[in-house]
Amino acid sequence: MPRGTGAPRRDDALVRAGRALRTVLLIALAALFLIPFYLLLRNGLSTEQDITSPAWTFFPAHLQWSNLRELFDDPAVPMARSLLNSTLIAVATTLGTVLLASLAGYGLARIPYRHANKVFYAILGTLMVPAAVTFVPSFVLVSTLGWISTLRGLIIPTLFSAFACFIFRQYFLGFPQELEDAAKVDGLGYWRTYWRIVVPNSAPVFAAVGTIVFIGAWNAFLWPLVIGQDKNAWTVQVALSTFTTGQVVNIHELFIAAAVSIVPLLVVFLLLQRHIVAGVERSGIDD
Amino acid sequence: MSSSGYRRRSREGPVRNRTLWFWVFVGPFAAGLALFTYVPLLWSLYLSFFDAHNTVSPTHFVGLGNYTSMLSDGAFTSSLWTFAVFSLFIVPATYVLSLALALMVNRLRFAQSFFRSVFFLPAACSYVVASMIWKLSVFNGVRFGLANTVLGWFGADQTAWLSTTHPPWYWLVIVTLRLWLQAGFYMVLFLAGLQRIAPQLYEAAAVDGARPGWQVFRHITFPQLRATSVAVVLLLVINAFQAFDEFYNLLSDSRGYPPYARPPLVYLYYTALGQGQNLGLGSAGAVILALIIAVVTIVQARWFGLGRRED
Repeated sequence: MPRGTGAPRRDDALVRAGRALRTVLLIALAALFLIPFYLLLRNGLSTEQDITSPAWTFFPAHLQWSNLRELFDDPAVPMARSLLNSTLIAVATTLGTVLLASLAGYGLARIPYRHANKVFYAILGTLMVPAAVTFVPSFVLVSTLGWISTLRGLIIPTLFSAFACFIFRQYFLGFPQELEDAAKVDGLGYWRTYWRIVVPNSAPVFAAVGTIVFIGAWNAFLWPLVIGQDKNAWTVQVALSTFTTGQVVNIHELFIAAAVSIVPLLVVFLLLQRHIVAGVERSGIDD
Repeated sequence: MSSSGYRRRSREGPVRNRTLWFWVFVGPFAAGLALFTYVPLLWSLYLSFFDAHNTVSPTHFVGLGNYTSMLSDGAFTSSLWTFAVFSLFIVPATYVLSLALALMVNRLRFAQSFFRSVFFLPAACSYVVASMIWKLSVFNGVRFGLANTVLGWFGADQTAWLSTTHPPWYWLVIVTLRLWLQAGFYMVLFLAGLQRIAPQLYEAAAVDGARPGWQVFRHITFPQLRATSVAVVLLLVINAFQAFDEFYNLLSDSRGYPPYARPPLVYLYYTALGQGQNLGLGSAGAVILALIIAVVTIVQARWFGLGRRED
Protein backbone atom coordinates (compact mmCIF):
# COMPACT_ATOMS: atom_id res chain seq x y z
CA MET A 1 0.00 0.00 0.00
CA PRO A 2 1.63 3.29 -1.08
CA ARG A 3 2.15 5.96 1.57
CA GLY A 4 0.29 3.76 4.00
CA THR A 5 1.72 5.35 7.09
CA GLY A 6 0.77 8.92 6.15
CA ALA A 7 1.99 11.91 8.09
CA PRO A 8 3.42 10.87 11.46
CA ARG A 9 1.24 13.33 13.35
CA ARG A 10 -1.93 11.60 12.27
CA ASP A 11 -0.82 8.06 12.78
CA ASP A 12 -2.09 7.67 16.29
CA ALA A 13 -4.67 5.35 17.78
CA LEU A 14 -7.47 7.89 17.49
CA VAL A 15 -7.03 8.35 13.76
CA ARG A 16 -6.83 4.60 13.21
CA ALA A 17 -10.04 4.16 15.19
CA GLY A 18 -11.68 6.87 13.10
CA ARG A 19 -10.60 5.17 9.91
CA ALA A 20 -11.95 1.83 11.11
CA LEU A 21 -15.24 3.45 12.10
CA ARG A 22 -15.51 5.03 8.68
CA THR A 23 -14.91 1.69 6.97
CA VAL A 24 -17.52 -0.04 9.10
CA LEU A 25 -20.00 2.76 8.38
CA LEU A 26 -19.32 2.53 4.64
CA ILE A 27 -19.82 -1.23 4.61
CA ALA A 28 -23.07 -0.89 6.56
CA LEU A 29 -24.33 1.81 4.17
CA ALA A 30 -23.30 -0.26 1.16
CA ALA A 31 -25.29 -3.20 2.57
CA LEU A 32 -28.32 -0.94 3.07
CA PHE A 33 -28.01 0.30 -0.52
CA LEU A 34 -27.84 -3.25 -1.86
CA ILE A 35 -30.73 -4.72 0.17
CA PRO A 36 -33.48 -3.44 -2.17
CA PHE A 37 -31.77 -5.15 -5.12
CA TYR A 38 -31.57 -8.33 -3.07
CA LEU A 39 -35.26 -8.12 -2.17
CA LEU A 40 -36.16 -7.69 -5.83
CA LEU A 41 -34.28 -10.83 -6.75
CA ARG A 42 -35.42 -12.76 -3.68
CA ASN A 43 -39.10 -12.04 -4.27
CA GLY A 44 -38.80 -12.56 -8.00
CA LEU A 45 -37.51 -16.08 -7.45
CA SER A 46 -39.80 -17.03 -4.57
CA THR A 47 -43.18 -18.65 -4.44
CA GLU A 48 -46.08 -16.40 -3.60
CA GLN A 49 -46.29 -18.07 -0.16
CA ASP A 50 -42.65 -17.28 0.54
CA ILE A 51 -43.19 -13.60 -0.24
CA THR A 52 -46.41 -13.08 1.66
CA SER A 53 -45.83 -15.39 4.60
CA PRO A 54 -46.25 -13.71 8.02
CA ALA A 55 -43.17 -15.67 9.10
CA TRP A 56 -40.97 -13.74 6.69
CA THR A 57 -37.40 -14.91 6.30
CA PHE A 58 -34.46 -13.20 4.70
CA PHE A 59 -33.66 -16.25 2.52
CA PRO A 60 -36.60 -17.88 0.75
CA ALA A 61 -37.30 -21.58 1.43
CA HIS A 62 -36.55 -22.45 -2.17
CA LEU A 63 -35.87 -20.68 -5.44
CA GLN A 64 -38.51 -20.91 -8.09
CA TRP A 65 -36.97 -20.24 -11.49
CA SER A 66 -40.21 -21.14 -13.25
CA ASN A 67 -41.52 -17.67 -12.32
CA LEU A 68 -39.65 -16.37 -15.32
CA ARG A 69 -41.41 -18.67 -17.76
CA GLU A 70 -44.75 -18.02 -16.08
CA LEU A 71 -44.28 -14.28 -16.56
CA PHE A 72 -43.80 -14.50 -20.30
CA ASP A 73 -46.57 -17.11 -20.67
CA ASP A 74 -49.18 -15.06 -18.80
CA PRO A 75 -51.62 -13.69 -21.42
CA ALA A 76 -52.90 -11.03 -19.00
CA VAL A 77 -49.49 -9.34 -18.84
CA PRO A 78 -48.11 -7.79 -22.04
CA MET A 79 -44.57 -8.31 -20.78
CA ALA A 80 -42.82 -9.21 -24.05
CA ARG A 81 -44.62 -6.44 -25.88
CA SER A 82 -43.80 -3.77 -23.32
CA LEU A 83 -40.16 -4.85 -23.16
CA LEU A 84 -40.01 -4.57 -26.94
CA ASN A 85 -41.63 -1.11 -26.81
CA SER A 86 -39.20 0.05 -24.14
CA THR A 87 -36.24 -1.24 -26.14
CA LEU A 88 -37.37 0.45 -29.35
CA ILE A 89 -38.10 3.69 -27.55
CA ALA A 90 -34.85 3.75 -25.56
CA VAL A 91 -32.66 2.90 -28.58
CA ALA A 92 -34.40 5.33 -30.93
CA THR A 93 -34.42 8.10 -28.31
CA THR A 94 -30.74 7.59 -27.59
CA LEU A 95 -29.64 7.58 -31.24
CA GLY A 96 -31.90 10.49 -32.16
CA THR A 97 -30.96 12.62 -29.18
CA VAL A 98 -27.24 12.05 -29.60
CA LEU A 99 -27.41 12.87 -33.32
CA LEU A 100 -29.56 16.00 -33.05
CA ALA A 101 -27.95 17.36 -29.90
CA SER A 102 -24.37 16.77 -31.05
CA LEU A 103 -24.97 18.48 -34.40
CA ALA A 104 -26.58 21.44 -32.67
CA GLY A 105 -23.87 21.55 -30.02
CA TYR A 106 -21.18 21.56 -32.70
CA GLY A 107 -22.89 24.29 -34.70
CA LEU A 108 -23.28 26.45 -31.62
CA ALA A 109 -19.68 25.93 -30.53
CA ARG A 110 -17.87 26.13 -33.84
CA ILE A 111 -19.77 27.84 -36.65
CA PRO A 112 -19.54 31.62 -36.32
CA TYR A 113 -22.98 33.11 -36.81
CA ARG A 114 -24.19 36.52 -35.74
CA HIS A 115 -27.15 35.31 -33.66
CA ALA A 116 -25.56 32.12 -32.34
CA ASN A 117 -25.67 33.38 -28.75
CA LYS A 118 -29.36 34.25 -28.94
CA VAL A 119 -30.12 30.78 -30.27
CA PHE A 120 -28.03 29.28 -27.51
CA TYR A 121 -29.90 31.19 -24.80
CA ALA A 122 -33.25 30.24 -26.32
CA ILE A 123 -32.18 26.60 -26.04
CA LEU A 124 -30.72 27.02 -22.57
CA GLY A 125 -33.89 28.74 -21.41
CA THR A 126 -35.87 25.56 -21.88
CA LEU A 127 -33.74 23.93 -19.19
CA MET A 128 -35.48 26.28 -16.77
CA VAL A 129 -38.83 24.93 -17.91
CA PRO A 130 -39.15 21.55 -16.25
CA ALA A 131 -40.29 19.08 -18.88
CA ALA A 132 -42.87 17.72 -16.45
CA VAL A 133 -44.67 21.05 -16.23
CA THR A 134 -45.34 21.04 -19.97
CA PHE A 135 -46.89 17.59 -19.98
CA VAL A 136 -50.46 18.88 -20.15
CA PRO A 137 -49.94 21.11 -23.23
CA SER A 138 -47.56 18.55 -24.78
CA PHE A 139 -50.28 15.95 -24.38
CA VAL A 140 -52.67 18.33 -26.12
CA LEU A 141 -50.19 18.86 -28.96
CA VAL A 142 -49.48 15.16 -29.41
CA SER A 143 -53.16 14.29 -29.37
CA THR A 144 -53.80 17.00 -31.97
CA LEU A 145 -51.16 15.36 -34.15
CA GLY A 146 -52.96 12.05 -33.64
CA TRP A 147 -49.90 10.47 -32.03
CA ILE A 148 -51.50 9.09 -28.86
CA SER A 149 -50.54 5.46 -28.25
CA THR A 150 -48.02 5.44 -31.09
CA LEU A 151 -44.29 4.94 -30.95
CA ARG A 152 -43.92 8.26 -32.79
CA GLY A 153 -45.72 10.02 -29.96
CA LEU A 154 -43.56 8.28 -27.39
CA ILE A 155 -40.25 8.98 -29.14
CA ILE A 156 -40.25 12.17 -31.21
CA PRO A 157 -41.26 14.75 -28.56
CA THR A 158 -38.50 13.49 -26.25
CA LEU A 159 -35.70 13.82 -28.82
CA PHE A 160 -34.87 17.48 -28.24
CA SER A 161 -32.88 17.50 -25.04
CA ALA A 162 -31.47 20.93 -24.22
CA PHE A 163 -29.35 19.27 -21.55
CA ALA A 164 -27.62 16.98 -24.08
CA CYS A 165 -27.12 19.89 -26.48
CA PHE A 166 -25.56 21.93 -23.68
CA ILE A 167 -23.11 19.15 -22.78
CA PHE A 168 -22.07 18.68 -26.41
CA ARG A 169 -21.57 22.42 -26.87
CA GLN A 170 -19.38 22.66 -23.80
CA TYR A 171 -17.39 19.66 -24.96
CA PHE A 172 -16.89 20.95 -28.52
CA LEU A 173 -15.76 24.33 -27.20
CA GLY A 174 -12.84 22.47 -25.65
CA PHE A 175 -12.16 20.28 -28.67
CA PRO A 176 -8.62 20.91 -30.03
CA GLN A 177 -8.98 23.50 -32.78
CA GLU A 178 -5.72 22.33 -34.44
CA LEU A 179 -7.31 19.08 -35.60
CA GLU A 180 -10.13 20.93 -37.31
CA ASP A 181 -7.79 23.49 -38.82
CA ALA A 182 -5.79 20.69 -40.40
CA ALA A 183 -9.01 19.34 -41.88
CA LYS A 184 -9.89 22.76 -43.27
CA VAL A 185 -6.46 23.09 -44.83
CA ASP A 186 -7.21 19.81 -46.54
CA GLY A 187 -10.33 21.41 -47.97
CA LEU A 188 -12.96 19.76 -45.78
CA GLY A 189 -16.11 21.79 -45.09
CA TYR A 190 -17.99 21.89 -41.78
CA TRP A 191 -20.02 18.80 -42.61
CA ARG A 192 -17.13 16.53 -43.51
CA THR A 193 -14.90 17.93 -40.78
CA TYR A 194 -17.61 17.04 -38.29
CA TRP A 195 -18.09 13.46 -39.49
CA ARG A 196 -14.48 12.56 -40.32
CA ILE A 197 -12.52 14.43 -37.66
CA VAL A 198 -14.71 15.50 -34.76
CA VAL A 199 -17.01 12.50 -34.26
CA PRO A 200 -14.30 9.81 -34.43
CA ASN A 201 -12.26 11.72 -31.84
CA SER A 202 -15.13 12.27 -29.41
CA ALA A 203 -16.16 8.74 -28.45
CA PRO A 204 -16.18 9.30 -24.65
CA VAL A 205 -18.65 12.19 -24.69
CA PHE A 206 -20.94 10.33 -27.07
CA ALA A 207 -20.83 7.26 -24.81
CA ALA A 208 -21.50 9.33 -21.69
CA VAL A 209 -24.44 11.28 -23.11
CA GLY A 210 -25.75 8.16 -24.81
CA THR A 211 -25.87 6.13 -21.62
CA ILE A 212 -27.42 8.95 -19.60
CA VAL A 213 -30.12 9.39 -22.26
CA PHE A 214 -30.66 5.62 -22.51
CA ILE A 215 -31.16 5.28 -18.75
CA GLY A 216 -33.51 8.25 -18.73
CA ALA A 217 -35.54 6.89 -21.64
CA TRP A 218 -35.77 3.39 -20.19
CA ASN A 219 -36.88 4.67 -16.80
CA ALA A 220 -39.21 7.41 -18.04
CA PHE A 221 -42.67 7.12 -16.55
CA LEU A 222 -44.89 10.21 -16.75
CA TRP A 223 -44.73 10.70 -20.54
CA PRO A 224 -45.27 7.02 -21.44
CA LEU A 225 -48.10 6.92 -18.88
CA VAL A 226 -49.78 9.92 -20.50
CA ILE A 227 -49.21 8.92 -24.13
CA GLY A 228 -49.27 5.12 -23.98
CA GLN A 229 -52.96 4.74 -23.25
CA ASP A 230 -53.41 1.66 -25.36
CA LYS A 231 -52.08 -1.58 -23.89
CA ASN A 232 -50.03 -2.20 -27.03
CA ALA A 233 -48.13 1.04 -26.47
CA TRP A 234 -47.20 0.38 -22.84
CA THR A 235 -43.58 0.62 -21.87
CA VAL A 236 -42.26 -1.76 -19.26
CA GLN A 237 -42.50 0.95 -16.57
CA VAL A 238 -46.16 1.59 -17.34
CA ALA A 239 -46.88 -2.14 -17.39
CA LEU A 240 -45.25 -2.55 -13.97
CA SER A 241 -47.08 0.44 -12.61
CA THR A 242 -50.48 -0.89 -13.61
CA PHE A 243 -49.72 -3.86 -11.35
CA THR A 244 -48.79 -1.78 -8.31
CA THR A 245 -51.69 0.61 -8.60
CA GLY A 246 -54.23 -2.06 -9.42
CA GLN A 247 -55.13 -5.26 -7.63
CA VAL A 248 -52.03 -7.34 -7.22
CA VAL A 249 -52.82 -10.90 -8.13
CA ASN A 250 -49.50 -12.60 -8.67
CA ILE A 251 -46.98 -10.84 -6.53
CA HIS A 252 -44.10 -13.13 -7.50
CA GLU A 253 -44.81 -12.43 -11.16
CA LEU A 254 -44.71 -8.73 -10.48
CA PHE A 255 -41.32 -8.98 -8.82
CA ILE A 256 -39.77 -11.13 -11.52
CA ALA A 257 -41.12 -8.65 -14.08
CA ALA A 258 -39.45 -5.79 -12.22
CA ALA A 259 -36.20 -7.76 -11.96
CA VAL A 260 -36.29 -8.47 -15.70
CA SER A 261 -36.96 -4.79 -16.38
CA ILE A 262 -33.73 -3.64 -14.77
CA VAL A 263 -31.47 -6.22 -16.45
CA PRO A 264 -30.85 -4.18 -19.64
CA LEU A 265 -29.91 -1.16 -17.56
CA LEU A 266 -27.64 -3.09 -15.25
CA VAL A 267 -25.78 -4.43 -18.29
CA VAL A 268 -25.44 -0.98 -19.85
CA PHE A 269 -24.57 0.42 -16.47
CA LEU A 270 -21.85 -2.05 -15.55
CA LEU A 271 -20.29 -1.90 -19.02
CA LEU A 272 -20.27 1.86 -19.26
CA GLN A 273 -20.23 2.95 -15.63
CA ARG A 274 -16.93 4.77 -15.94
CA HIS A 275 -18.22 6.80 -18.87
CA ILE A 276 -21.37 7.75 -17.00
CA VAL A 277 -19.44 8.90 -13.97
CA ALA A 278 -16.91 10.72 -16.14
CA GLY A 279 -19.74 12.24 -18.15
CA VAL A 280 -21.48 13.49 -15.03
CA GLU A 281 -18.21 14.80 -13.67
CA ARG A 282 -17.30 16.51 -16.91
CA SER A 283 -20.74 17.82 -17.71
CA GLY A 284 -19.77 21.22 -16.32
CA ILE A 285 -22.94 21.09 -14.26
CA ASP A 286 -21.24 22.70 -11.28
CA ASP A 287 -18.92 25.08 -13.09
CA MET B 1 5.18 27.54 -44.31
CA SER B 2 3.18 30.48 -43.08
CA SER B 3 -0.17 28.98 -42.36
CA SER B 4 -1.77 31.89 -40.53
CA GLY B 5 -2.97 33.81 -43.59
CA TYR B 6 -4.13 30.58 -45.17
CA ARG B 7 -6.00 29.58 -42.08
CA ARG B 8 -7.77 32.88 -41.59
CA ARG B 9 -9.02 32.93 -45.15
CA SER B 10 -10.35 29.40 -45.07
CA ARG B 11 -11.90 29.65 -41.63
CA GLU B 12 -13.94 32.76 -42.27
CA GLY B 13 -15.33 31.98 -45.69
CA PRO B 14 -18.38 33.77 -47.09
CA VAL B 15 -20.82 34.83 -44.35
CA ARG B 16 -23.87 33.41 -46.10
CA ASN B 17 -22.23 30.07 -46.34
CA ARG B 18 -21.52 30.02 -42.62
CA THR B 19 -25.07 31.05 -41.75
CA LEU B 20 -26.40 28.29 -43.95
CA TRP B 21 -24.19 25.68 -42.31
CA PHE B 22 -25.07 26.95 -38.85
CA TRP B 23 -28.73 26.26 -39.54
CA VAL B 24 -27.97 22.89 -41.14
CA PHE B 25 -26.38 21.86 -37.85
CA VAL B 26 -28.62 23.65 -35.35
CA GLY B 27 -31.85 23.93 -37.33
CA PRO B 28 -33.37 20.45 -36.84
CA PHE B 29 -32.75 20.54 -33.11
CA ALA B 30 -33.96 24.11 -32.68
CA ALA B 31 -37.11 23.43 -34.73
CA GLY B 32 -37.95 20.35 -32.67
CA LEU B 33 -37.33 22.16 -29.43
CA ALA B 34 -39.55 25.01 -30.55
CA LEU B 35 -42.32 22.65 -31.60
CA PHE B 36 -42.24 20.44 -28.52
CA THR B 37 -41.37 22.97 -25.83
CA TYR B 38 -42.23 26.52 -26.89
CA VAL B 39 -45.44 25.65 -28.74
CA PRO B 40 -46.83 23.62 -25.79
CA LEU B 41 -45.90 26.43 -23.41
CA LEU B 42 -47.75 29.03 -25.47
CA TRP B 43 -50.64 26.67 -26.07
CA SER B 44 -50.84 26.07 -22.36
CA LEU B 45 -50.98 29.79 -21.73
CA TYR B 46 -53.77 30.10 -24.31
CA LEU B 47 -55.77 27.15 -22.99
CA SER B 48 -55.51 28.44 -19.45
CA PHE B 49 -57.86 31.32 -20.30
CA PHE B 50 -60.55 29.03 -21.69
CA ASP B 51 -63.03 26.56 -20.42
CA ALA B 52 -61.66 23.37 -21.96
CA HIS B 53 -63.38 20.24 -20.73
CA ASN B 54 -62.57 17.21 -22.88
CA THR B 55 -61.41 19.41 -25.73
CA VAL B 56 -58.24 20.93 -27.06
CA SER B 57 -59.94 23.54 -29.28
CA PRO B 58 -61.92 25.57 -26.75
CA THR B 59 -64.36 28.35 -27.58
CA HIS B 60 -65.55 29.65 -24.22
CA PHE B 61 -63.25 32.39 -22.91
CA VAL B 62 -63.18 32.59 -19.11
CA GLY B 63 -60.39 35.11 -18.56
CA LEU B 64 -58.61 34.50 -15.30
CA GLY B 65 -61.39 32.21 -14.13
CA ASN B 66 -59.22 29.09 -14.26
CA TYR B 67 -56.52 30.82 -12.27
CA THR B 68 -58.84 32.03 -9.53
CA SER B 69 -60.57 28.68 -9.23
CA MET B 70 -57.19 26.91 -9.18
CA LEU B 71 -55.77 29.17 -6.49
CA SER B 72 -58.91 29.00 -4.37
CA ASP B 73 -59.03 25.21 -4.75
CA GLY B 74 -57.98 23.72 -1.44
CA ALA B 75 -56.69 20.59 -3.17
CA PHE B 76 -54.28 22.57 -5.34
CA THR B 77 -52.94 24.75 -2.55
CA SER B 78 -52.54 21.71 -0.33
CA SER B 79 -50.56 20.07 -3.12
CA LEU B 80 -48.19 23.04 -2.98
CA TRP B 81 -47.85 22.50 0.75
CA THR B 82 -47.15 18.84 0.11
CA PHE B 83 -44.33 19.88 -2.15
CA ALA B 84 -42.99 22.34 0.43
CA VAL B 85 -42.99 19.69 3.17
CA PHE B 86 -41.49 17.12 0.81
CA SER B 87 -38.61 19.39 -0.23
CA LEU B 88 -38.07 20.34 3.41
CA PHE B 89 -37.34 16.67 4.08
CA ILE B 90 -35.65 15.56 0.88
CA VAL B 91 -33.35 18.48 0.06
CA PRO B 92 -31.35 18.57 3.33
CA ALA B 93 -31.41 14.76 3.69
CA THR B 94 -30.04 14.14 0.19
CA TYR B 95 -27.53 16.96 0.53
CA VAL B 96 -26.10 15.62 3.80
CA LEU B 97 -26.11 11.96 2.76
CA SER B 98 -24.52 12.52 -0.65
CA LEU B 99 -21.87 14.85 0.76
CA ALA B 100 -21.07 12.38 3.55
CA LEU B 101 -20.82 9.52 1.06
CA ALA B 102 -18.53 11.56 -1.18
CA LEU B 103 -16.26 12.52 1.72
CA MET B 104 -15.99 8.93 2.90
CA VAL B 105 -15.53 7.41 -0.57
CA ASN B 106 -13.03 10.09 -1.60
CA ARG B 107 -10.65 9.18 1.21
CA LEU B 108 -10.74 5.44 0.62
CA ARG B 109 -7.42 3.95 -0.36
CA PHE B 110 -8.89 0.67 -1.56
CA ALA B 111 -12.13 -0.48 -3.16
CA GLN B 112 -13.00 3.11 -4.01
CA SER B 113 -14.63 2.26 -7.32
CA PHE B 114 -16.53 -0.62 -5.68
CA PHE B 115 -18.18 1.65 -3.12
CA ARG B 116 -18.79 4.35 -5.69
CA SER B 117 -20.54 1.81 -7.92
CA VAL B 118 -22.67 0.47 -5.07
CA PHE B 119 -23.94 3.92 -4.13
CA PHE B 120 -24.44 4.94 -7.76
CA LEU B 121 -26.18 1.67 -8.72
CA PRO B 122 -29.71 2.73 -7.64
CA ALA B 123 -29.54 5.42 -10.35
CA ALA B 124 -30.09 2.54 -12.78
CA CYS B 125 -33.33 1.65 -11.03
CA SER B 126 -36.58 3.33 -12.08
CA TYR B 127 -38.92 5.01 -9.62
CA VAL B 128 -41.55 2.49 -10.62
CA VAL B 129 -39.39 -0.50 -9.68
CA ALA B 130 -38.14 1.17 -6.50
CA SER B 131 -41.73 2.04 -5.52
CA MET B 132 -42.67 -1.58 -5.96
CA ILE B 133 -39.86 -2.78 -3.71
CA TRP B 134 -40.67 -0.16 -1.09
CA LYS B 135 -44.43 -0.67 -1.19
CA LEU B 136 -44.62 -4.42 -1.46
CA SER B 137 -41.47 -5.58 0.26
CA VAL B 138 -39.74 -3.10 2.58
CA PHE B 139 -42.63 -1.07 3.94
CA ASN B 140 -45.49 -3.44 3.46
CA GLY B 141 -47.91 -2.67 6.23
CA VAL B 142 -49.77 -5.86 6.76
CA ARG B 143 -47.84 -9.04 6.94
CA PHE B 144 -44.59 -9.44 5.17
CA GLY B 145 -42.62 -6.21 5.07
CA LEU B 146 -38.95 -6.06 5.96
CA ALA B 147 -39.41 -2.96 8.12
CA ASN B 148 -42.17 -4.55 10.19
CA THR B 149 -40.20 -7.80 10.46
CA VAL B 150 -37.13 -5.99 11.79
CA LEU B 151 -39.24 -3.88 14.15
CA GLY B 152 -40.97 -7.06 15.26
CA TRP B 153 -37.63 -8.43 16.52
CA PHE B 154 -37.65 -5.53 18.98
CA GLY B 155 -41.23 -6.15 19.94
CA ALA B 156 -42.65 -3.14 18.10
CA ASP B 157 -46.18 -3.09 16.74
CA GLN B 158 -46.91 -3.51 13.05
CA THR B 159 -47.29 -0.25 11.22
CA ALA B 160 -49.38 0.41 8.11
CA TRP B 161 -46.69 2.63 6.61
CA LEU B 162 -48.53 4.04 3.63
CA SER B 163 -51.98 4.56 5.12
CA THR B 164 -51.14 5.87 8.58
CA THR B 165 -51.67 9.62 8.48
CA HIS B 166 -51.20 10.37 12.22
CA PRO B 167 -48.24 10.32 12.47
CA PRO B 168 -47.59 10.56 8.73
CA TRP B 169 -45.42 7.50 8.31
CA TYR B 170 -45.82 7.65 4.51
CA TRP B 171 -43.25 10.44 4.49
CA LEU B 172 -40.63 7.99 5.72
CA VAL B 173 -41.43 5.68 2.80
CA ILE B 174 -41.42 8.46 0.20
CA VAL B 175 -38.28 10.19 1.47
CA THR B 176 -36.15 7.06 1.90
CA LEU B 177 -37.08 5.90 -1.58
CA ARG B 178 -35.91 9.09 -3.27
CA LEU B 179 -32.88 9.24 -1.00
CA TRP B 180 -31.87 5.75 -2.09
CA LEU B 181 -32.42 6.49 -5.77
CA GLN B 182 -30.63 9.81 -6.06
CA ALA B 183 -27.98 10.09 -3.32
CA GLY B 184 -25.41 8.29 -5.51
CA PHE B 185 -25.85 10.71 -8.38
CA TYR B 186 -25.23 13.75 -6.18
CA MET B 187 -22.35 11.90 -4.52
CA VAL B 188 -20.66 11.78 -7.94
CA LEU B 189 -21.11 15.53 -8.32
CA PHE B 190 -19.51 16.08 -4.93
CA LEU B 191 -16.67 13.67 -5.77
CA ALA B 192 -15.97 15.73 -8.87
CA GLY B 193 -15.96 18.88 -6.74
CA LEU B 194 -13.63 17.32 -4.19
CA GLN B 195 -11.16 16.33 -6.87
CA ARG B 196 -10.91 19.91 -8.06
CA ILE B 197 -9.73 21.21 -4.69
CA ALA B 198 -6.02 22.05 -4.91
CA PRO B 199 -3.92 19.81 -2.61
CA GLN B 200 -1.80 22.85 -1.71
CA LEU B 201 -4.72 24.19 0.30
CA TYR B 202 -4.64 21.12 2.55
CA GLU B 203 -0.87 21.32 2.85
CA ALA B 204 -1.12 24.96 3.84
CA ALA B 205 -3.79 24.11 6.40
CA ALA B 206 -1.58 21.38 7.87
CA VAL B 207 1.32 23.84 8.12
CA ASP B 208 -0.97 26.29 9.89
CA GLY B 209 -1.75 23.56 12.40
CA ALA B 210 -5.36 22.88 11.45
CA ARG B 211 -6.48 19.57 12.88
CA PRO B 212 -7.47 17.10 10.20
CA GLY B 213 -11.15 16.31 10.36
CA TRP B 214 -13.72 18.89 11.34
CA GLN B 215 -11.45 21.95 11.21
CA VAL B 216 -10.13 21.20 7.74
CA PHE B 217 -13.63 20.38 6.52
CA ARG B 218 -15.05 23.56 8.00
CA HIS B 219 -12.38 25.93 6.70
CA ILE B 220 -11.13 24.30 3.49
CA THR B 221 -13.31 21.57 2.04
CA PHE B 222 -16.77 23.02 2.62
CA PRO B 223 -16.01 26.54 1.33
CA GLN B 224 -14.25 25.07 -1.70
CA LEU B 225 -17.34 23.02 -2.52
CA ARG B 226 -19.50 26.12 -2.67
CA ALA B 227 -20.19 26.02 -6.42
CA THR B 228 -21.01 22.32 -6.30
CA SER B 229 -23.27 22.82 -3.29
CA VAL B 230 -25.23 25.55 -5.02
CA ALA B 231 -25.77 23.39 -8.11
CA VAL B 232 -26.77 20.39 -5.98
CA VAL B 233 -29.33 22.34 -3.94
CA LEU B 234 -30.78 23.93 -7.05
CA LEU B 235 -31.11 20.56 -8.80
CA LEU B 236 -32.62 18.99 -5.68
CA VAL B 237 -35.31 21.66 -5.39
CA ILE B 238 -36.17 21.55 -9.10
CA ASN B 239 -36.37 17.75 -9.00
CA ALA B 240 -38.51 17.83 -5.87
CA PHE B 241 -40.98 20.10 -7.68
CA GLN B 242 -41.28 17.51 -10.39
CA ALA B 243 -41.88 14.59 -8.04
CA PHE B 244 -44.49 12.38 -9.60
CA ASP B 245 -43.40 8.78 -10.16
CA GLU B 246 -42.95 7.59 -6.58
CA PHE B 247 -46.01 9.41 -5.21
CA TYR B 248 -48.17 8.01 -7.98
CA ASN B 249 -46.85 4.47 -7.62
CA LEU B 250 -46.70 4.34 -3.83
CA LEU B 251 -50.00 5.90 -2.94
CA SER B 252 -52.54 5.39 -5.67
CA ASP B 253 -54.24 2.04 -5.94
CA SER B 254 -57.29 0.56 -7.59
CA ARG B 255 -59.49 2.70 -5.32
CA GLY B 256 -57.88 5.97 -6.45
CA TYR B 257 -55.51 8.44 -4.87
CA PRO B 258 -55.71 9.46 -1.20
CA PRO B 259 -56.09 13.20 -0.54
CA TYR B 260 -52.96 13.39 1.60
CA ALA B 261 -49.44 13.55 0.15
CA ARG B 262 -50.49 14.72 -3.28
CA PRO B 263 -47.80 16.91 -4.89
CA PRO B 264 -48.65 19.43 -7.65
CA LEU B 265 -47.84 17.20 -10.61
CA VAL B 266 -49.97 14.36 -9.32
CA TYR B 267 -52.81 16.79 -8.77
CA LEU B 268 -52.42 18.24 -12.29
CA TYR B 269 -52.28 14.77 -13.78
CA TYR B 270 -55.61 13.85 -12.26
CA THR B 271 -57.19 17.23 -13.06
CA ALA B 272 -56.14 17.42 -16.69
CA LEU B 273 -56.06 13.79 -17.75
CA GLY B 274 -58.05 11.93 -15.13
CA GLN B 275 -61.83 11.75 -14.84
CA GLY B 276 -62.29 15.51 -15.18
CA GLN B 277 -60.30 15.94 -18.42
CA ASN B 278 -60.23 19.63 -17.59
CA LEU B 279 -57.40 20.80 -19.79
CA GLY B 280 -58.06 24.52 -19.25
CA LEU B 281 -57.84 24.17 -15.50
CA GLY B 282 -54.84 21.87 -15.80
CA SER B 283 -53.07 24.35 -18.03
CA ALA B 284 -53.68 27.14 -15.55
CA GLY B 285 -52.17 24.94 -12.86
CA ALA B 286 -49.18 24.19 -15.08
CA VAL B 287 -48.63 27.90 -15.73
CA ILE B 288 -48.84 28.68 -11.99
CA LEU B 289 -46.42 25.86 -11.25
CA ALA B 290 -44.00 27.01 -13.96
CA LEU B 291 -44.08 30.55 -12.55
CA ILE B 292 -43.43 29.30 -9.02
CA ILE B 293 -40.51 27.17 -10.22
CA ALA B 294 -39.08 30.08 -12.20
CA VAL B 295 -39.31 32.42 -9.20
CA VAL B 296 -37.83 29.87 -6.80
CA THR B 297 -35.00 29.13 -9.22
CA ILE B 298 -34.16 32.79 -9.84
CA VAL B 299 -34.36 33.74 -6.17
CA GLN B 300 -32.16 30.81 -5.25
CA ALA B 301 -29.65 31.50 -8.01
CA ARG B 302 -29.42 35.15 -6.91
CA TRP B 303 -29.24 34.22 -3.29
CA PHE B 304 -26.43 31.73 -3.70
CA GLY B 305 -24.77 33.63 -6.51
CA LEU B 306 -24.97 30.83 -9.06
CA GLY B 307 -22.21 30.96 -11.63
CA ARG B 308 -20.03 33.09 -9.38
CA ARG B 309 -16.63 31.51 -8.99
CA GLU B 310 -15.26 30.72 -5.56
CA ASP B 311 -12.99 33.46 -4.28
